[in-house]
Order: sequence, then C-alpha cells, then structure tokens
Amino acid sequence: MGCGMGKPRIQQNKSIRAALLIQRWYRQYVARLEMRRRCTWNIFQSIEYAGEQDQIKLYNFFGFLMDHFTPTSRNLISHIFRENEICHDADWERYFCYKDIEVPASYSGPHLTIPMTFCGLSKLMEAFKHKQQLHARYVLQILGETWRLLRILPNINHVSVCHTKEITICGDLHGQLEDLLLIFYKNGLPSCEKPYIFNGDFVDRGKNSLEIMLILFGFLLVYPNDVHLNRGNHEDHIVNLRYGFTKEVLGKYRVHGKKILKLLQKIFSWLPLATVINHKVLVVHGGISDSTDLDLVARMDRHRVREAFNFSTISVFYRIQAREKSGRAHSSNWSRFSADRLCLARSSSVCDPFTLEKTGFKRCPNFSFLHKCMNVITRNASAQIVDLLWSDPMPQNGCIANEVRGGGCYWGPDVTEEVLGRHNLQLLIRSHECKQDGYEFCHDRRQVLTIFSASNYYEVGSNRGAYIRMGPDLVPHFIQYQASSTCRELTLRQSVGWTERSALRALRQQLFVHKSDLIGAFQEFDPNNTGVISLRHWATATERVLKLGLPWRVLRPQLVSRAQHGMVNYQQWIRELSIPEPKPEVYTSILETMYKNHSNLETIFRIIDTDHSGLISFEEFRQTWKLLSSHLKMEISDKAIADLAQSMDFNKDGSIDINEFMEAFRLVDLSSHG
Amino acid sequence: MAEEKESEENISALHKKITDAFQLFDYDSNNTVNVREIGTIMYSLGCFPSQADIREFTAKVGEDFSGVVHLDKFLPAMTKVLLENRFPPIPRSKLLQAFKVLDKDQKGYLKPEELTKYMMEKAEPFTQEEMDEMLTAHTHQKDNVIHYEKLIDKLTADQNM
Repeated sequence: MGCGMGKPRIQQNKSIRAALLIQRWYRQYVARLEMRRRCTWNIFQSIEYAGEQDQIKLYNFFGFLMDHFTPTSRNLISHIFRENEICHDADWERYFCYKDIEVPASYSGPHLTIPMTFCGLSKLMEAFKHKQQLHARYVLQILGETWRLLRILPNINHVSVCHTKEITICGDLHGQLEDLLLIFYKNGLPSCEKPYIFNGDFVDRGKNSLEIMLILFGFLLVYPNDVHLNRGNHEDHIVNLRYGFTKEVLGKYRVHGKKILKLLQKIFSWLPLATVINHKVLVVHGGISDSTDLDLVARMDRHRVREAFNFSTISVFYRIQAREKSGRAHSSNWSRFSADRLCLARSSSVCDPFTLEKTGFKRCPNFSFLHKCMNVITRNASAQIVDLLWSDPMPQNGCIANEVRGGGCYWGPDVTEEVLGRHNLQLLIRSHECKQDGYEFCHDRRQVLTIFSASNYYEVGSNRGAYIRMGPDLVPHFIQYQASSTCRELTLRQSVGWTERSALRALRQQLFVHKSDLIGAFQEFDPNNTGVISLRHWATATERVLKLGLPWRVLRPQLVSRAQHGMVNYQQWIRELSIPEPKPEVYTSILETMYKNHSNLETIFRIIDTDHSGLISFEEFRQTWKLLSSHLKMEISDKAIADLAQSMDFNKDGSIDINEFMEAFRLVDLSSHG
Repeated sequence: MAEEKESEENISALHKKITDAFQLFDYDSNNTVNVREIGTIMYSLGCFPSQADIREFTAKVGEDFSGVVHLDKFLPAMTKVLLENRFPPIPRSKLLQAFKVLDKDQKGYLKPEELTKYMMEKAEPFTQEEMDEMLTAHTHQKDNVIHYEKLIDKLTADQNM
C-alpha cells in the first residue's frame, strides 16, 4: 500500500471524470445540431404548405372575377375560359402526329423506334444520364403510344405477388432523376420478374420531370403488365403551371412544347388512380376520406377529371349558393350536375352574373363548404378523385377538409379502420408527404404507410428517400437512400448547416415579403418610437404576422444577429432583409404586393398565355393587373402600371415576356447575411 | 411590485421558450414527446446534464410504462431546472483541462485511437455511431489527429450562433 499503488487509481479516476466531462459537452453539441435540423425541417414544411394555400387564393381571385364582370374583364375571362374541347380523339390523334416532324442530321441524341423495346429504353436512359435531350419527334411518339395504352387500363389496377415475384413500390419523385436512377441501380430495372408501382407526383419542382416521365412511360410500354403508374396530385396541368413542369417543357422544347404539354394533359387524366395488391393492400397517392368508395371509383370515367379544381367546379359552387338562396332549382342548370358528370368539359357560359346572388363567400370560398357540397350533390367522380389524390392522414379521429392544401381532407384512424374494413383491406400505402427517413407509419396497428422517394427534397441533406419491397406475406421492407455523391461525406454538422442556410434564406424571403406588416406590429410594442424593442416582443410580433407556427424563440439567434442587452433595432433589422432599393419612379407598395403574390401572378400569366408562347400582350397584362389590384383592394393608376412595365424593361413591342417579368422578382442573394 | 411583474414576465418567457423547444418534437401535436427526446430538449435549452442526470429527470417527468412525456409535467420541472441553473455549461478552462488529462504525453492533440479508447470505454461510453460522427467531423484531414484546443474553440463558436 505504498504511493506506487495509489497513483494509478487516482489517475484512473481523473481520466474517467475527464472523459465524462467531454462526453457531456459533446453530446450537448450534437443535440443542438439535432434541434437546428428539426427547426429547419419545420421551416421548409411550413413554407411549402403556405405556398399550397396560395392555390386557394388563386381560386378566390377567379371567383372574384366571375362576380365582377365588366365588358373588359368579360373579354379577358372568356379568353381564358374559351371552349376548345369539341374535338374527338381522332382529331387529336392527327394533331399529335409526330410523323411530319423531321429529325435533323445534326441531332446527336438517341433514335427510337416503335414499338418500344428494352434496347430503346436502355439507349434512352443512357442518353439522359449524359444529359442529352430526346428529339420532340420521339417524345411525341412515346407519349402517343402511352396515351393509347392508358385508355384501355382500368381505374384501379389489380396485381398479385407471389414467391417468385416481389413487388417494388416507389413514392414521389418530383423530377429528381438522380433518385430514380439510384433506385434502379440498387433494386434493378423493372421487368416481368421485377414489377414496380410508381405512386404519383413524378413531375414538378425537380428539373428532370420530363425525363422521368419518358422513362416511366417507356417501361410501361415495354412491360404493361408489370409496371403500374398511379396518378398523383401533380399530374394535373393547372398544378404544373405553378410548380415548374410547364416551364420545364416549354424551356426544353420551344417549337413543340405546346403540343407535348397538351398530350401530357390528356395522359395525366388517363392515368389510373390506384393499385391494389393481392386484394389486401391499397396503393394510392394521397389517401382516403370517409366517403371513399372504391366500387364507385372503379366505375367512373376518370379521364373527365382533368384538373382538381377547374372553373366549372367553381361555377358549381356559385350555383349551389344561388340555388340555396333562391330555393328554386334552375332545372336547365341543374341537369348539369347529375351524379357522375360533375366535371365535364368547361362550359362556355361559365355563369350568368345577373342571376348570381352575391354572398359573403365570394371573398374567401369556404373550402369545407365546397367540400361538403361536392359530396352532398353526388358521391361524384371529382370529389372521389380529389380525396384519393390530395388527402393527408391526421392523428385525431374524424374527417375534415384539408384547408392547408386546398384539396382533399384530413382523415383519422377511425376512418382508416372503417374504409379499409369496408373494402376488406389490411394496409394503405400512400405518398404525398415528405418524410425525413423516406417512410413513416401512422394510425393504429400501422395501417397507413407513407412512402416518399425524392431524397434531399428541400435541400441537400434534408431527408432520405425510400422504396418498399413486398412479397406475398405483404410485409413491407424498406430501402433508404440519399442521392448526391457529396452527401455521404457530409458530417452531421455540415449537412445541418447546409440545409439550415437554405431554410433560413427561404424564411428571410418570407419575412421580407411581410415587412410592412412586421414594422406595424413592431411599432405596437414601441409606443415611444425609440426604434428598439425587446427580443421577446420581436418573437411575439413576428409570430403574429407570419402565422407560420414556427418556434421563433428557438430560431431567434439565427435571424437576429445584432441584439444588445436583449433589445433589437427593428428598423435596421428589416433593412438588412431587403433587396436593393427600387428606382424612385416605381411604387414600393406595388412591388411588395406583387412580390407577395408573385407565384399567383405567374400562374395567372401562364393561364392567360393560352398558346404557351411565353408572351402576353401589354393590354392583357394591364387588364389582369387592374383586376388583381382591385381584388386586393389596391389603388393602381394606369400611369403606375406603365411605369412598372418600363422599369421591368420589357421590349417595347407591346409584348411581355413572362420569364423576364418573373426574373425581376428574384431577390438578391442573401447569403451574405448567412 | 414592478420586480414581481418583471419576474412574472421572465417566467412566462421561460415557459414559452421551453414549450417551443418541446413542440419541435411533438409529432402528433398532442403535447407529448417520446421519452428518448428529453435529453435533446434539455441540451437545446442550454443545459449540460450527464446521461445519469437525464435518466433521473426523465424518471420524474415521464408517464410510467408509456414511453411518453407530457408537457404538463415537463414544463414545471424544466422551468425549475433552468431557474436553478442545475446543469450549467462547462467552462472552457475545465474542458481544456479534461483534454489535457487524456493527452498523457501533452502533445497538444489526440490520436483517433486514443480518443476512441476514452470515449467508448470510460464513464458514459459513446455508441459506435456517436464515435464515428465525432471522428469524421473533427479529425484533421492531413495529419489525422484531433487538435482539441481548436475543437473546443470551433464548437464553442457554434454554440454562440
């Protein structure tokens, strides 16, 4: 028991204590990273859903248009809504014929033949991997064949799996070709031995939507019994106007883009709605509602529902109200709404304004009212399809309108139980929502499974993608992945940092857009006009104005860099968010309003540009803007619009290039503040 | 009187801060979180508990057998923790000292094997995943060692963001 024995023991204790300290410290660091990652996720989700709410605002605007017919607006509206659906399929076939399109000798991309073969597919995929573009002739060829095939497919596909044939199920891809190629690499290509189900949302947001479509359609043509495509809510030409697919096609195919889009519009409406595996597993893009009836879905004319909310839907809405108010049935109008025929071709007389009752609803159509009406009038095709493609699960029991997305419903575990029970099913596989790990179970006994296949959806490192393999035991097995070669090497810290910077950039844009409202809210806490308020008040005010449901107090250190003694100079902070000062001739409030509504504006412009030329006339622009501004209750003089046009630097030939116009709204890169 | 009001405001601000952090992990929007997230939430509020501390705290606030923690119990307990500053941050000097204890030859850096030995075998050992993450993130690219003084500086700077 000499000193020699005691020393090692003390030394050991010392190093244990030291290790404990370091572990404690490092774990705290990692936990804070995890926290920031969660915050970032919340930011992306809340901004994404707020964006989808814009869709509702857009329909508000169209409702407003219909209420406020004036001679000029009437022309504009009939121009948008013009009847052009009288053609028959044979006429369309002629229009879409590719045979007259010549492929120049200079074309270096792949050449395809009909019928599509596996060889042709391989050539196609190789070409896309090398970033080549398929010639319009071949695009139309593939699309034409696809259209012909889809027309003979049922609304609901039935597949069976057995021991030799497991099935693979993929979720949203959203134009991310890298993910599709990664899935094929890990899992193998579709074939007779390797069936696949692709559960919708192939397009929009990512930049290779068309390539993904061509590959998937190619496989469908070569293996029609083993490749199944379900329609998603983004397989809808109005949604495509907003979320990028239309832009992508027109950008890649300047001459034939319009024709390609028209054919795609038809194809989308002919995509099957769901797939059932072994009569036990339902695979559908969005989900269900308490009125989902698969027998009805199987019987309907699915192709008549081209887009979720078209203008005759809105006219129905106004008619319902008129009817309810007047208590009479306008029999000639009413015959339009027989059970399965709600959303037929657009009507030329959208509505007769002089028999409409003006109601309080015109300002903001109460969506749940619309939803109820859709279900009450009929268990009609449109309502059934919208529910299947747009709904989301919720943890609470019940079924309520999905006002966040503006379509479908939120359905609870009791609805799952009831609907699955009624149809003798045991599992619902759906997509539609991004999940951090690529998949997620919910509801009792894990009866609902979300599968999402677009990795890094919000930003590099934001989430993994996943796909399902399923054998005859109908137990799902998951394979997760994350595309991007750099991703694997990113440490937790780097990937959190990257994603976070991106989310914060998006958030600062949102803050900028609301700056007048923010300043107003801040000033309420600063009655003496000192120019500073406490951080606590900053958080309360920001929460009140933005309504994004974000943890502002947790985010505060990232957003407010200069705070002294718990106080922030809010004027300075707002200035730091903004873009460079606009020219004095331009009215700042117009700019701000335009920016706030820019995604709506873009969509409206694209709708007006019916020939998809990318140009609208100055007169159309002026009319639209006047209408929009009176809807938003803003005073805008003709001079102000003319000045605005000038400062946007349009070519002075009476045409406005939509793309140039929208470019003007890009904010200056705010990374200097990051 | 003014002082009381001030401290009332302070408490309510604390409550909001705690609730915000809690709700980030409340996936079902029903004011509960999984018991496994408690450590993360405590850390994110600026506390530095050990694993034992976390287990003790969780035992007090968790519902028996269900694996969840309800905001009703978490909020008052966590408020107390913050007011008492029960798990204060570790001063830089202590941290540096701790690394120096492990750095037997006083080289100014640790080799990955050395760090691994301590982190994974002693005290409250790291999992393989935790160890891999630490090494990947912080081992110097070229000379393949961990310069701990720089590491302390880097991570402390991040904290202050």
